[in-house]
Amino acid sequence: MCGIVGIYFKKKKLHRQLGQYLSQMLDNMSSRGPDSAGFAVYNNNEKKLFKYSLSINDNSILNKFETDIKKKFKDANVKPVSNHLVLSTLSNPKIVIPFIKKNYHNILIVGYGKSIEIFKEVGNPRDIVKKFNLKNFTGSHGIGHTRMATESAITIDGSHPYSTGEDECLVHNGSLSNHNNLRRQLIKQGKTFDSFNDTEVAAGFISNNLSKNKTLKQTLKNCLSNLDGFYTFIAGTNNGFAVLRDEIACKPAVIAENKDYVAVASEFQAMAHLPNVNKAKIYEPEPGVIYTWGK
Amino acid sequence: MGKIENLDFKKNNLRKINSFLQNISHKNNKRDFVVKNPAGQHAICAGIKEEISITIKGHVGYYCGGMNQKSHITIEGNAGTGLGENMMSGTIHVKGNSSQSAGATAHGGTIIIEGDASSRCGISMKGVEIIVKGSVGHMSAFMAQAGTLLICGDAGEALGDSIYETVIYIAGNPKSLGADCVEKKINKNDITKIEELLKKANIKKLKPKNFKKFGSARKLYNFNIDNVSDY
Repeated sequence: MCGIVGIYFKKKKLHRQLGQYLSQMLDNMSSRGPDSAGFAVYNNNEKKLFKYSLSINDNSILNKFETDIKKKFKDANVKPVSNHLVLSTLSNPKIVIPFIKKNYHNILIVGYGKSIEIFKEVGNPRDIVKKFNLKNFTGSHGIGHTRMATESAITIDGSHPYSTGEDECLVHNGSLSNHNNLRRQLIKQGKTFDSFNDTEVAAGFISNNLSKNKTLKQTLKNCLSNLDGFYTFIAGTNNGFAVLRDEIACKPAVIAENKDYVAVASEFQAMAHLPNVNKAKIYEPEPGVIYTWGK
Repeated sequence: MGKIENLDFKKNNLRKINSFLQNISHKNNKRDFVVKNPAGQHAICAGIKEEISITIKGHVGYYCGGMNQKSHITIEGNAGTGLGENMMSGTIHVKGNSSQSAGATAHGGTIIIEGDASSRCGISMKGVEIIVKGSVGHMSAFMAQAGTLLICGDAGEALGDSIYETVIYIAGNPKSLGADCVEKKINKNDITKIEELLKKANIKKLKPKNFKKFGSARKLYNFNIDNVSDY
């Protein structure tokens, strides 16, 4: 099972609706994944500032973390969102990420970039959407996931979306069979992983390709020849949005597209509430075909 | 419940609407019903046993019209996975496209799909007639046992893989054929059958001569001693 959802706006005036649309899409997919949920929201307001989405296991360290981080990075700003923090600073990820990883074992960096914010949590998607107040988020595109755990434990680090590179994220419905081997190969090439989850490996594989200046399309083409297993993916980058199903295509997906937006979900009912969806072009992504929007 | 105007998903839930339609008495004079605002919900109109007509105004989710007996269901929208799964009789008419596994294991009746059907259309079908005005996806008629699949467009990869006695008529071309599926010669009976199906679906653009016939080579029916080393 598992439910995946995503929405990409073609018009700027709709950016204010992102949270509202996405929260209901996630809520509608609760039945496919009651164990955990997460979402990534792209809001490209800042040109220079980096945002780091942090999941905090232990609230007692919050005050100390805030003081420490402001001491270390003078321009740092910390915005709490439920049990997550969004840290914004001009400082480069090459400095910030190792600093957090080295000093705070209770803090998980769930994503970073100039545009992306990621939140994920264990529990019922409906509650999670409320907890993070997703309704109030704005942005250009968003991706979400509801998880029915199969191959790794019900934990935050086993929850989607996975972000393994700047402004990159991936949600996955399915299971991969060659992820252990691929993980070893990627570790040899310098990638690091936070979990034993198969999707994190796919995300790492995508990041590794993108970091070699491959386009999103080329990267997903490489997925088709390197990933073994079942998958429907929704991938996001700073300006891009993509959908890919494996060639067997057991895992469902439906796309609704009109002049205003592209919506993707595991089932049509996830998007039944979207405006004018009944008049949109509704189709299933074909097996092994790469669908991209934006850059 | 009981009032027909309440067959609206904005006013009632799936269980109530289905239960109402499943329990209509054969003595009831009212035989036509309209279901509103389906919003892609699953199992709409599953398990209906009476000869009634139902029009669903919108897109439906999985297993719409599953196990149907006698009823005539029209879907004014697209259908999700497993349309008419295990249907026994009656008709289902989809005005839009259908997702995977339309007519899976269906024993009888007729399914008409105006648009395209996705992968595995007619998987393991056991006697149903499926008419697709568009194209079908990969692995269609996989292990199909009986009945007829008529495709006006093309078919994806591995059409009729491990097929038993279902007959496939196709106007376009299959991307490839599955194991044990072969083209067969069209005979008089086939022409009659195609004419009957085209009429049922109100297809006037195509004639029986436009269709090719595919079916089982029956080579997988018995164990072949030459293959012993494979086991």
